[in-house]
Parts: sequence; structure tokens; C-alpha cells
Amino acid sequence: MITSVDCRIDATMSMTLSSSGLNKIGSLHIAQTCLSMPSRHRSWRLLCSPICSASVSLLVEERRSTFDREKADRLVKDLKKVFNSGKTKTYEWRIAQLTSMLKMIEENEADIYRALYQDLSKPESEAFISEVAMTTGSCKLALKELDQWMKPQKAKTTVTTYPSSAEIVSEPLGIVLVISTWNYPFLLSLDPVIGALAAGNAVVLKPSEIAPASASLLSKLFREYLDNSAVKVVEGAVDETTALLEQKWDKIFYTGNGRVGRIIMAAAAKHLTPVILELGGKCPAVVDSNTNLQVSAKRIVAGKWGCNNGQTCIAPDYIITTKAFAPKLIDALKNELVEFFGDYPMKSKDMSRLINLYHFKRLTSLMDEDEVSDKIVVGGQRNEEQLKISPTILLDVPETSQIMQEEIFGPLLPILTVDNVEDSFNIINSRSKPLAAYIFTSDEELKKAFVRDISAGGMLINDTIIHLTVDSLPFGGVGESGMGSYHGKFSFDSFSHKKGVLYRGFTGDSPTRFPPYTPAKLRLLKALISGDIFQVLRSMIGLPKN
Amino acid sequence: MRSAYINKEREIEIEKEIEREKEKETEREMDNDSKFDGESARVMMKELRETYSTGKTKSYEWRICQLNNLLKIAEFHEPEILQALHSDISKPEFESFVHEIWLIKTSCKLAIKELKRWMKPEKVGTTLVTFPSSAEIVAEPFGVVLIISAWNYPFLLSLDPVIGAIAAGNTVVLKPSEVSPATSSLLAKYIGEYMDSSAVKVVEGAIPETSVLLEQKWDKILYTGNSKVGRIVLAAAAKHLTPVVLELGGKSPIIVDSDIDLKIAARRIISGKWGCNNGQACISPDYIITTKDFAPKLVDSLKLQLLKFYGEEPLKSDDLSRVVNSNHFNRLIKLLDDDKVSGKIVHGGQRDIVNLKIAPAILLDVPEDSLIMNEEIFGPLLAIVTVDRLEESFNIINSRPKPLAAYLFTNNKKLKEKFVGDVSAGGLLINDTTLHLTVPTLPFGGVGESGMGGYHGKFSFDTFSHKKAVMYRSYLGDASERYPPYTTRKLRFLKAVMNGSFLDIFRAILGWP
Repeated sequence: MITSVDCRIDATMSMTLSSSGLNKIGSLHIAQTCLSMPSRHRSWRLLCSPICSASVSLLVEERRSTFDREKADRLVKDLKKVFNSGKTKTYEWRIAQLTSMLKMIEENEADIYRALYQDLSKPESEAFISEVAMTTGSCKLALKELDQWMKPQKAKTTVTTYPSSAEIVSEPLGIVLVISTWNYPFLLSLDPVIGALAAGNAVVLKPSEIAPASASLLSKLFREYLDNSAVKVVEGAVDETTALLEQKWDKIFYTGNGRVGRIIMAAAAKHLTPVILELGGKCPAVVDSNTNLQVSAKRIVAGKWGCNNGQTCIAPDYIITTKAFAPKLIDALKNELVEFFGDYPMKSKDMSRLINLYHFKRLTSLMDEDEVSDKIVVGGQRNEEQLKISPTILLDVPETSQIMQEEIFGPLLPILTVDNVEDSFNIINSRSKPLAAYIFTSDEELKKAFVRDISAGGMLINDTIIHLTVDSLPFGGVGESGMGSYHGKFSFDSFSHKKGVLYRGFTGDSPTRFPPYTPAKLRLLKALISGDIFQVLRSMIGLPKN
Repeated sequence: MRSAYINKEREIEIEKEIEREKEKETEREMDNDSKFDGESARVMMKELRETYSTGKTKSYEWRICQLNNLLKIAEFHEPEILQALHSDISKPEFESFVHEIWLIKTSCKLAIKELKRWMKPEKVGTTLVTFPSSAEIVAEPFGVVLIISAWNYPFLLSLDPVIGAIAAGNTVVLKPSEVSPATSSLLAKYIGEYMDSSAVKVVEGAIPETSVLLEQKWDKILYTGNSKVGRIVLAAAAKHLTPVVLELGGKSPIIVDSDIDLKIAARRIISGKWGCNNGQACISPDYIITTKDFAPKLVDSLKLQLLKFYGEEPLKSDDLSRVVNSNHFNRLIKLLDDDKVSGKIVHGGQRDIVNLKIAPAILLDVPEDSLIMNEEIFGPLLAIVTVDRLEESFNIINSRPKPLAAYLFTNNKKLKEKFVGDVSAGGLLINDTTLHLTVPTLPFGGVGESGMGGYHGKFSFDTFSHKKAVMYRSYLGDASERYPPYTTRKLRFLKAVMNGSFLDIFRAILGWP
């Protein structure tokens, strides 16, 4: 996922690292962000950014109300005060917030669909399943389980500390920052916030400026429904995010890409703030010939084009199958695409559009690359005005091509072919660890090998995407696809500190433990530790060893 | 005036001394420079990645075999370990045995005993939405991990994380602290001899070696030390998106109530402070908060027990570790000689610069803005802050960075509850000190300035494992409602399923409005 937040951060980065000014991608982002703004907001000004005045001059939108460092200072100070008052720690406050959150989603479903349609042309069914139902589900689960989750967990103690008792107490971390993204602007904003509130933290949410309708709706709804002294939304782009990142947070939760993830972590390092990074990566789908082809094809199409048109962090990014099976798979995918989206997919209402012109151009340039453009076997149509690209399948693209180097995050699906399906493991393992890995097979041995040998955030056998909906599974990446996880109780845990507590009385005070240390004490201690009762007796009556 | 002048002079002297030490250190670094550079790091990383990709470290057998070998180091070389610890820090044999050797043996034995259970995928329930399906959480190793250890418990804090990393099936590089050179070279020698050298390595060295190591891409880093270096480690890790466990320290407070068994409390405070490496322990009590009324009694009791433990001349006691080096000795002297506290020493504080010893010192009523109250003491000085009412102590603690441990001595049940509810720290212990570290069912780790991530027992295994979510589906249960083209009927059906209303599901299936 790429947001316009990238550009400024890129700029500061390149300045501090190499003083090379704004890089190409960064400047492109700014231009694209501007272009994707609704025309009524366009008040352009030619502005020479101090960061890159030497190399590039930029068109930057003039911002009136700025959230600057001073405002961020005040915001954090206020939140700290509220947190220190202890009110967010109570069970009652948490429940009240979660209840309001649930009410907020349920009472404003229609507005949510409208915002999602405006930002992404997201079909209502998709919006219902992946944004509304998921978040209300999370809320309900947290409401139902919260008293269980909050209960200290008893832990066993050992003979060393006898007599004693122990427990692990979950306590809120303090004030946390959630930086969300544009592809599932409600789900990826609200789901972490639900975890943070359930754990008793004060929260600031920074929704993505790339999905402006959703961001402003979130901001409005939070003001109306939630305790504004402890839960806040800061809207904005680069400047606002930069100001937020300068503050000391007790936890930062970021959803987005690895490049910005690194910047977030580096900013967090200054304050020793732990981070959760929900990133992406190229999620592979291995398709064995020993599979139910029709069901597999349906599920691949649903996970790719039926989930925000490929703009999903766990959408299948590429397929690996055998040379022999590839033609059959392509035919089946074609059939299902027609079933789902009709003969004119560009006109289907059941598919989201691309988020903005920048991403449209990025995707078309992936398709137009030499040695790739002639590999398109399905689709490839484009409509720049409507920001649509038809579902596109590419067969046997070179591994060195750009489309195989970056996360596609759009409606293109390359297929790599191998001689034996097992060869797919090497391809996957030679790349960065993805957020999800999929396999379609009826072969039990192959399933086992896949689970054993492939590392990914999560994996799903014979389907795509829906492991995300299982709240008993942690959702999160590993390596390049992120760190830390959430969903269900894992969300609560992610926003809690697990405090080990040991209780002792004033009995059981053996002098053996204390100086002056004598050989007899050491002997007794060793005997006690090794659990040798005979030795214990010997040492106590002062008999030498053996 | 006069004493201020003397202090000033001493300060200058101390600064000179520190300067000399630093120069020596740079010289040492220069000597070492040729040994481990970027090139050797790259070669090492390549070898470790190759080993990891063969998959051998993932097998149960390999892990058990390595853990057994590690246990042998602790079992077969006890005298040498005791000797190394004595040479590095004059650690009393009793302490070395209990805190370092025994804890490592216990930790290793626990891992050997439990490993099979830990490795077993954890079955979890699935929901109606994904019916029919099954799901499990599979613990898999991260890959190649780096452990940077500290000098105060050089054996324990090196091997305990290594046990976790190996149990989880990773390849490991250990960087022991150069400040405890005898233990560092002992670890290098025996890990080289006993462990699979294609997967477990020791890199000895100081700043240049550590910098080279930190430039590499690791799959996890565990660092034990201070928060300044912790920030550096975290920033270096950010470049490679490497998750980090930071085991730092902080000023761990003790609250002492008046309704307690004073003798036992005093003994336990002393044993946690001076009986743990002479205060050079990350969870050692740093300062006490008690009421003005009770403070004199507490001080008397501490004095009495100190006398019983270490005799009339504690500087000569063999039961106290020395201060690790002259840098730290000078740092501690500076804290003692701070104008704001030099009149507050109510016990001890004698110093022996030759043997790097400072007698157990108690400072009463130190002001909050004194040096000693503004850095981790990490030595044999114990500050006492007094309050009118004990409840005020919570504010004092909460106004400071979160410590690694917080202690409370009381018989008051309400106070205990309030303490556990209101005081944030890595871990808490009621009516004793430091012992919670030995309980493997409790996660050990800090929060805020005292660190991130926890380990010990199964938590060590978890810390070095990625919890991979795995879900299995069959080809059944393929409801057409999931797929486009989306119709109003499909949406109604979906809403009914998700709400779990069976009546609505039937209505939707039958096509009723």
C-alpha cells in the first residue's frame, strides 16, 4: 500500500540519508495526490519546498488548518492527563466506548457505504462483509469477552519461591497511535481502535487522507459517539503524520507499506515505543493439479477481484502452478470471471475502482513493461477516466520483471509456471516473507509440507482471504510483511502490557538465602534444588557430602 | 565552601579518570578492529542463512540435542564459570551458583522437558462464516537471531535468551559483553566446543563489532542493557524491519509500609540489593519510599541486618561483588558526592578505589532533583525517599519512567490491590525482591523505558517464534452468496448469517422480504 504520507517522509529521509533531495517516487506521489483531490479543494499554489528546493519545485496544495507540532504536543499532554486520571482503565468506560462504537457503525451504515463508494466505488456487499460486519463482529466479541480478557491470569509458582502465588495482569499501555490506510478505511481504522479501547488505552486515530470521504466521516462519527477526551481523530497527510510521529506514544499501530513501516519504527525508536506494523507483500497462491478446479478458481477470483479489486494486503498477488495445469486453470478463472462480472467487467458494479490516478498509472506501467505486455492472456483493458482496469491475467512473466518485484495491489494476476508443484516452495522462500500464502490441493502431504516449509504471516489451505475473519487466529505479518498481530483477543493483548505479579507472605524466610554464605548453606541449597531429600537431611545435620 | 571546592576537585579528577578509561577502551577497540569487520559479518550471515535454509535447526531432534549440549556447559564447567565470574566482577560463589548456573540449568531443563508441548500447533475454533474449516496456530522459527548480552549477569543473560532462541529453532549469534571479558571468552570457547557451530556462534567484541553486527539483517534481536543503547539497537533494526526485544532497566522502587515484619523485610531488601551483584542487577531495588515516621526504624533494621550479613567491615566481605570497573566506580562516587545528597548518607559509603569496592550505603531523604534520583543507580547505593502518607508513593512512581520492577512490603490487602492496579512496571513483587525473576510462568520484561517484549520459560520460546495462523478449508461449503454478481437477496442472506439469526437465514433462503 502506498499513501501520500510516503512522499514527505521519503523527502526527509533522502535528505538526512543522502541529501539527494526528493526522490522520483516521492514527487510523483505529491503530484498524484493533488490530482486525485476533488476539484473544489484545488487551490493550487506553486510552492518551493525547503526540503527539495534545489532539485525539484513542487505543486503542493495549500493547507489552511494545520495540525502542527504545537497542537500535537497539546493533544498528547491532554490525553496523558485523561489516562492518568484512570478513567479509561475501568471496565465500565471500556464497555461504554465499545457499545457506542457498535451503535456508531450500526446507526450509520448507509453513510459508511456512501463514503466507501465515494472513495473506492466499493460495492455494498463487499462493504458490508469486509468493513461493517467485520467491525461490528469485533465490537460484539470484545463486549462479550472483555471481563474474561481483563481477568488476571493465575500462574503457577515454584518451590524456590514457596510459599507464594502469581498472576499475569493485563494493563493498558497508555496513549496509543493508530495510523490507518485507505483500502479498507473503516475496518483498518476501527478494528485496531477496538483493541486499544478494550485494553483501556487513550487513542488517536490517523485515518488515511487518500480515502477522504471515509476519513472525514470517521472524524465526525468519533466526535459524536465516543468519549472525546480520550479518543480522537487527527485528519491529515504528511505534515500531520510527521507531527504525530514526533510525540512519545506508548504504542504505535501502523497499517501500510514496508517503506513507511521503517520510518515509523525509526521514529518510535527515539521514544522506545513498541510498534505493530501491518504491512503487505506479494502473497502467493500455489495451485496443484490435484484440486477441485472450479471451487479453487471461484475462490481465487473472489479473493483477488472480489476484495476491493486486488487492493487488499492479503489478496493473492501471483499464482504458481505447473506448466501442464496452467491452461486449465486459466480457462477456469476466465469462466468464473464471466460468471462474476459478466462479459464487460469494466462496467460491472461489483468491483471497486482503483483508488487514484497514481495507482492507475503504476499498474498500467507494470502491464506495459517489455516482456510483460505480451504475456497478458485475460483482460488488460483500461479506462483512465474511471480509474478502472479489467481483471487481467498474465502467464509466465519473467521473475525479474517489475510486476514480480513489487506488491501489485490491483487487478493484475501473474501466473508463474513450474515443472513440479514442489518447486513453488523455493520460489516463495527465495522472496520476502508474505503476509499470507495460499495453496489449493487435495494432497495431504503437500499441505503438510506447505505448512512446514513456507513462512508467511498466515496461511490458508484451499481458499483465500477468509482466515482474516477467524478471530481465534492472530492476524499479522513476519519479516517484510510486518510485526505484531491483532484480531479478537490478540488485539486486546497487543494493546496491553502483561505485568507479571508475584505475591509473597512473610513466612518461608529461610536463612540459607542470605549472607554470610557458608559452604554448608551452599550444600543445603544445592540439595534443595536437586530435590534430593536425603542430601537435604545430610546438609541440615552438617554431614559432609558422601 | 571548602567541601564544595574539594568536591569540584574530585569531580575533575574523576572526569580525568573517565577520560583515561575511554582512551584505553578505544585502544582496545583498535586492537580488535581487524578481527570482525563487515566482510566477516557477511560471510557469517551467509553461512547461518544457508544452515537455516537446510531446515535442520527446525527439527525437534536438533533443538533437543543443542539444549542438552548447552546444559553440559553449565554442568561440566561449573568451577571455570565461577572463576570467570569472580575474575570479571568478584561475584561470590554462592551468588554465581544460584543466579547464573542454577538458573541456566533450570531454564534449559524446562525447555528440554516442555519442548514437545511448546512446538505442538495450537488448535483453535473457527466460526460459522468459514464453516466447514479447521484452524491452528503454528510456532515457527524466525530464522537468524542476534542476542546482545550484558556484563552484570554475563552467563545468565547470555545463555537464557540463547536457550529460547534454540528451543524455537533459530540459528543464533551471541555477542557477550566486553565489559566481562573472562566470561565472554569462556562462552566463546565452550559454545564453540559444545554447540553446532554452523548454527550457533559467538562474536566477541565491543562497539565496532556490535555496530557491524547491527548493520546486518536479523530476523529478531534481543538486547539486554540500557535504554540509550536500546534506542540505537531499535533504530538499526528499523532499517530491516526486524522485531526487537529490549531488556532494559530503570529505577525499580520499593514501597515499605509500617505494618510489616520489619526484620524479614529488611533481609529481603538487602538480599535483593547488595546480595544481587552488589546492586548491579536490572531488577535490584533502586530506591525506597516510606513514611517519614517509619524511615528511622527501617534504616535501623537495615543497618542491623547489613551488619549480620557482611560484618563490621563490609569492604572486606567476600560475600559482595565488586563494582565492575573504574568507570562505574567513578560514576557511583559522583552520585554519592553530589552536593544535594552528600549530607544524607546515614550508613556506609566507604570506598576502596584499588579493589573497586563501595560499602553498602544508605541515603535518607534524598531530594528528587538529586543526581542519584535521576539515573539508574546500578550499584551499592540505596536511596530512601520519605512521604507523609504512603499513598503518595504511587504518584512518585507514576510520575517517573516505568521501571522494570516495583516492590511493595505490606500486610495491607487494600494497599496491595491498589499497588497492582495503579503502578505500572515490567513486573511486580509483593513482600520480597528480585525473586519473581525465577518464576518461569511469569513473563520477564519491561514496559516503556524499561523495555519491550518478555521472556523466560515458554515466553522465551514464544518470543523467538512467529505464530503463524493456519486455516484449512475443504471444497465444501461454497455458498454462492459469497460471490458476485451481488444481489439484494444475497446481501440479505449474508447479513442474516453474520447476525447468527436462523430465522432470518431461512427467510433469506426462501426469498421472503
